[in-house]
Amino acid sequence: MVQEQAAVLSPEALVEEFQKNGVTHVVTIPDSETNYLYELMKEEPWLDIVPASREGETFGVALGLLVAGKTPVVLIQNTGMMESGDSIRGMVLDAGFPLVMVVGYRGWNRHGVITDSAATYTEPFLNAFRINYYLVEQDADSTRITTAFEEARATKRPVAILVGDEYHGFNR
Amino acid sequence: MIQSQDVFRVFQEHRGDAIVIPTGTSGRHWREFSTNENRDLNMGGAMGQTTSAALGLALGLPDEKVVLFDSEGALLMNLGILATIAGKQPENFCHILLDNECYATTGGQPVPNAQDINYAGMAKESGYTSAYSFDDLEEFATNVEQIMRETGPVFVAIKVVPEIENEPIGMRVRVPTRSRAETIRDLQTELGIGAD
Repeated sequence: MVQEQAAVLSPEALVEEFQKNGVTHVVTIPDSETNYLYELMKEEPWLDIVPASREGETFGVALGLLVAGKTPVVLIQNTGMMESGDSIRGMVLDAGFPLVMVVGYRGWNRHGVITDSAATYTEPFLNAFRINYYLVEQDADSTRITTAFEEARATKRPVAILVGDEYHGFNR
Repeated sequence: MIQSQDVFRVFQEHRGDAIVIPTGTSGRHWREFSTNENRDLNMGGAMGQTTSAALGLALGLPDEKVVLFDSEGALLMNLGILATIAGKQPENFCHILLDNECYATTGGQPVPNAQDINYAGMAKESGYTSAYSFDDLEEFATNVEQIMRETGPVFVAIKVVPEIENEPIGMRVRVPTRSRAETIRDLQTELGIGAD
């Protein structure tokens, strides 16, 4: 029996949250799972997309934008987040700026049988860096994105949004 | 090879109002020549990511000239940034690489393929609007004014004399630097950017 997810996080909901929170730039590595989101963001005149070559770059670019008074978000996959450890340390945690990082939670699922080590180490990684995070699975959860922005601004620290089941529904 | 102090002395004459981000062992000499510290920025470091931060700054401040003094050891850690920069085509970005061919702070071990890499060639083929290589101070001095007027992203590779440090870290003479937070605060004040 195939268990179907009742609802998904729609790209429109994510983009709406970005606009609500004054996001100016999305620093990202596009991937096949998020192609529709990428296309949607490209159409928004208030949003500038900065495609990176490697996830570690995204945190450096975000720092430069923050110094310039802009509001970037980093949009990457959990595998890339783990590759970015020293960038998160040196470019975000040590710099003391608020940053929301939206992270595709590759390998995670609701039933708890995790076979992908990318998912196994995601939350331990965030905990090791003392980065708070919120799980978002469907549109009904999207207010947690605003909560993450508010927390980032209040603490001047990074806050992660883990997108459960990694954007299923984002390809159309 | 050129002394990095000479590079900075010549560059300062043509700096104008540019925001300058110095990095690496050579970069610490910039403070001896800068006449506008409110526009000098210490972006910290993270395995070559200062280059990424300089790109972000250039994208966020399109009306300001941003000049990065990078080092080849840092760039090699993050070569993909050349394509990232070229992809966004920041017209206000000048990327100057001070290439001393080694890891000076760890005793002078050569970087991979130190003498045979064409960094300017890589930048140009990645999509920078123009790229230059200099191994002679006079030649750099002759061209720097025009380079600073060019539409970016511009890349300039300069061979500089390494200043190798072999003392244990705790025994090294500390060059006074301004903290990252201090330089960011001063730049934001200068540009009227409100702290969030």
